[in-house]
This record gives sequence, C-alpha cells and structure tokens, in this order.
Amino acid sequence: MKQLVCIGCPKGCNLTVDEENDYAVSGNSCEVGARYGKEELTNPTRVITTTVRLKNSSYLHQLPVKSSKPISKSLMFQIMEYLKDVEVSVPIDMSEIIVENILDTSVDIVACREVKN
Amino acid sequence: MYDLIVIGAGPAGLAAALKANQLGLKKILIVERDNQLGGILNQCIHNGFGLHYFHQELTGPEFAYRLIEKLKDTDIETLTDTMVLDFDNNHNVTIINSSGCKILQTKAIILAMGCRERARGAIATAGTRNSGVFTAGTAQRYMNIDGYSVGKNVVILGSGDIGLIMARRMSLEGSKVLACVEINPYSAGLKRNIKQCLEDFNIPLYLSHTVTNIKGENGRVSEVTIAQVDEKYNPIESTSKTIKCDTLLLSIGLIPENELSKKAGIIIDKKTKGAIVYENMETSISGIFACGNVCHVHDLADNVVYEAELAAKSAVNYINNLYLSNDSIEVEYDNNLSYVLPQHIHKQITEKFVTLSFRVKKNFKNCKIEVKDEDGKVLTESKRDYLIPSEMAKIVLLTSLLNDVKGKIHVSIVEEIA
Repeated sequence: MKQLVCIGCPKGCNLTVDEENDYAVSGNSCEVGARYGKEELTNPTRVITTTVRLKNSSYLHQLPVKSSKPISKSLMFQIMEYLKDVEVSVPIDMSEIIVENILDTSVDIVACREVKN
Repeated sequence: MYDLIVIGAGPAGLAAALKANQLGLKKILIVERDNQLGGILNQCIHNGFGLHYFHQELTGPEFAYRLIEKLKDTDIETLTDTMVLDFDNNHNVTIINSSGCKILQTKAIILAMGCRERARGAIATAGTRNSGVFTAGTAQRYMNIDGYSVGKNVVILGSGDIGLIMARRMSLEGSKVLACVEINPYSAGLKRNIKQCLEDFNIPLYLSHTVTNIKGENGRVSEVTIAQVDEKYNPIESTSKTIKCDTLLLSIGLIPENELSKKAGIIIDKKTKGAIVYENMETSISGIFACGNVCHVHDLADNVVYEAELAAKSAVNYINNLYLSNDSIEVEYDNNLSYVLPQHIHKQITEKFVTLSFRVKKNFKNCKIEVKDEDGKVLTESKRDYLIPSEMAKIVLLTSLLNDVKGKIHVSIVEEIA
C-alpha cells in the first residue's frame, strides 16, 4: 500500500494505492485520482510548462509553452535541455506547435499564448 | 461619463468587465498599469488553472487568453500602461499615462487591483543588504516574462504556492533549490504543490523553521542561517545551521493592494487587509465594489472569477437603481477562523443564497462549520473532512434563514465530531 497526494486538481486528495491489487486506488474523489494513483507508481508523468526565447516582439522576451500531453517524468530534464536553445519569432498563434514530436515522445510543445507583434 | 470603470486587468478585472457587458452595460473601461492585459496570470506559466471555471486544466497565460479573447467581441474599452492615481466617493477616477492626466467620471467602480507580496522588511530578517533576496513573484517575473536567470543555489523562505511553484521552475531551469523553510508547523501551499514542486525534485521542506540571518559577500548573498522555532515562533539557537547559497526567495504572504481604496475613505478589514464588503461585494462607499485578491487573497483564479462576476452583477444592479438599504446583519466569527467574508449582509436581498468565504487558523479534521444567530440557534451547519489554513473554504447560507436574524450571525468551527 502506498500513500500519495493526487496532483490532479487543487483539492489534493490523499490516495491509497494497492500495488498488489492492480494498483487499485482508494481515497480519490474522481477518476482523475484513480488514473493518477496507478500511473504515478507505474509510469509517472507530468505536463511540462516552461518558456522559450521570443525574438522581435515589441513587448515580450519569453513565450510560455507546455507539452500538449503529460510526458514521462524521467524525461523532464532532457526536454528542458532541448528547449534551452529554441528561439521563435512573432507572430505566434495560440496553441501553435513550437516543437513537433519532441524527443520522439509523440508529444508536441505548444504555445500558451498568442503574440501578434 | 462611463457606466463602469474597472481598475486592474487581471482575472478579477477582466471577468468583472465581461460580466457587466454581458448584463447589458454599455460604457465600460478597464484601466491596467502593466503593458498588457492579464495581470499576474501572464507570469504564472504553470498549469492548474481553470479546472472549475473552464472545466479544463490551463496554464495562467491560457486562462488569461480565454478572457481576453472574449473581450474582443465587446465594446469594452481598455487602457494599458495607465495608472489610476486616485478615485473618490463621487466616482471620479484620475488616470495618468503617456498622453497625460485625466479625470474620468463613472456611475460605478469595480476595484480589481489584486495584491502584492510581503517583502523582506515585513519580517525584519537580520543580515546584510546584499542582492540576491527576491520575493518569489519578482523572481517569477524576471524568469518568465523578462527571460533572466535569477540564481544558481537557492533557499526559499515560506511555503506559499508561488514559492513552491518557483522551487520547481528554478529546478527545471538548472538551479539547485537547497531548502524550503516554513515557520509554521504546516505548509502554506496546496498539497499538490508540495508533491509536484518539492517532492518531485527532492527539495527538503523544513517545517517550524525560519531564516535567522542572511550573509553576503561582494554584494551578493553567500549564505543564510536557518533555525528551528519553538511554539512561540522564537528561533532555537542550538538548532542553527548555515546553508551556502546565492539566492533567497521569499514566499511569505500577500497583501491586498489598497492604498487607493484607503485614500478614498473605504473602510478596510484589519484581517483581510481588503475592503469590508457586503454580500454583493459592495464596499463601504456606495457604488464602489471590490473583488479578487484586492478584497481577500484567494488560492484559485477560478474563485476570483466567480467573485468578480458577483461584483459585476451588483454594480449593474446599482446602476439600474436597485439600491439596497444599508440595514445589515453583521458577520462575526470565533477564534479558530482568521476571517470571514462578507463582513456584512444586506437585510433586503433578493439573491436566494449568500456564500461566506473563510480561512481557518490551524488544521482541523472531521469538523463542522456552524452558523448561528445571536441567540445561539444554529441556522446552518456543514461537515468537513478537513479544513486547513492554506485553503479558503466556503459555506452557503439560504437567504430565507436570515429572515428572523436581528443584528448578527456567528460562524464557528466545532472540532472532532464523530
């Protein structure tokens, strides 16, 4: 039995996960917790949010970006390293793909805002 | 002449203006001192926003974008790079920007100025005045908006959510976060943030500890001393230890930004540090409403939006001459609560429900919130598995229950029920 705090929403349910019973989760208030409890002990994932350098905008230096889906937690630092040298230019559309299929994860890095100029 | 001027274009200001527009108000202006709309959401690049309001997990900039996009379909005017210097009880609003200074008149005002961070001076930490001491939000702005690196070896004082979010952010960017130090025996942040921001990166959380000294070399922080505190929050000298670092981030609380409100004569609650409000978010000056963090500090932007929509609805009622008599019920509370909002409830209200927001001073398990009248009769009660200081809680009251209440109601916590 493992005790976990669910990170699915700000409520932060205290979960108990039974590894010997197909990672059955109790203490959750919704299905997000059931999924998280199992995944956290088998293949923990996180949505990565960071920024990349933005050139020639009249008012912004950094573009906020995120992974379009949760990514394996063990890849977090490799992804940060990859994004360190990425530079983009205006105009940027909302949800525009900044890096496609990053590190062959079939997950994209997408823009979290629109920057027209 | 405006119908409504909204001060501040963060989640509260944007949501208030949008709601007022939706309810038919014509001349609405939002005044923002930053160079873009969105307020603090622009620098909160992490996700976790919008689960309640948009039913989807969004980052701060995405949450702001959704509100700003809606603005484009309206006639709402916005002024960025513009400061409000003054407003008064006759609803004159003085603004200044690069085109000069102007006095604007409006039928109603919504205050949505948000809050700012407590800084080093607020906790009087000893030590040298070197660079390298930042509030967590300042560091967040430098990194996420301006693109600077803030420091390499970092200690965080206080475990508020911004501090925790910055612990993760700096770790991901390659800095070493050596410790998060919290003076209380419990964390000030959400549990999920302890997990995903500290535990994910093996950052130790020192509860019942504080920073007792900050040392510098060549103009930059070089080490901090931390020590355990006793139950009266006095540092225990024998537990002192030093941590070599170049950066100290402070995440030690937020203060609603009410200099303008005070100057206008709005009565401020000593506990919330925001305006004293009625259940419709009206302040002590009629026609001036407050919502969001300028009123009381929230944990979730979603809740700020709901509160802003209530303030907007009330402002529209006010403009349409649906005045409420000042005859009101006072809201009192016991020593387990740090505040309850609203502080007054109009006697003559048409809404079916009144929502009371509050925070507790310490952790409670299996407890009950009771709302009683002045004779001690329980009007309503609500059981909770837990209540913690870092999470604002709410209790909803049926307005009809207040019909026989004469002067005041009392909110209290009953501990450890079966």
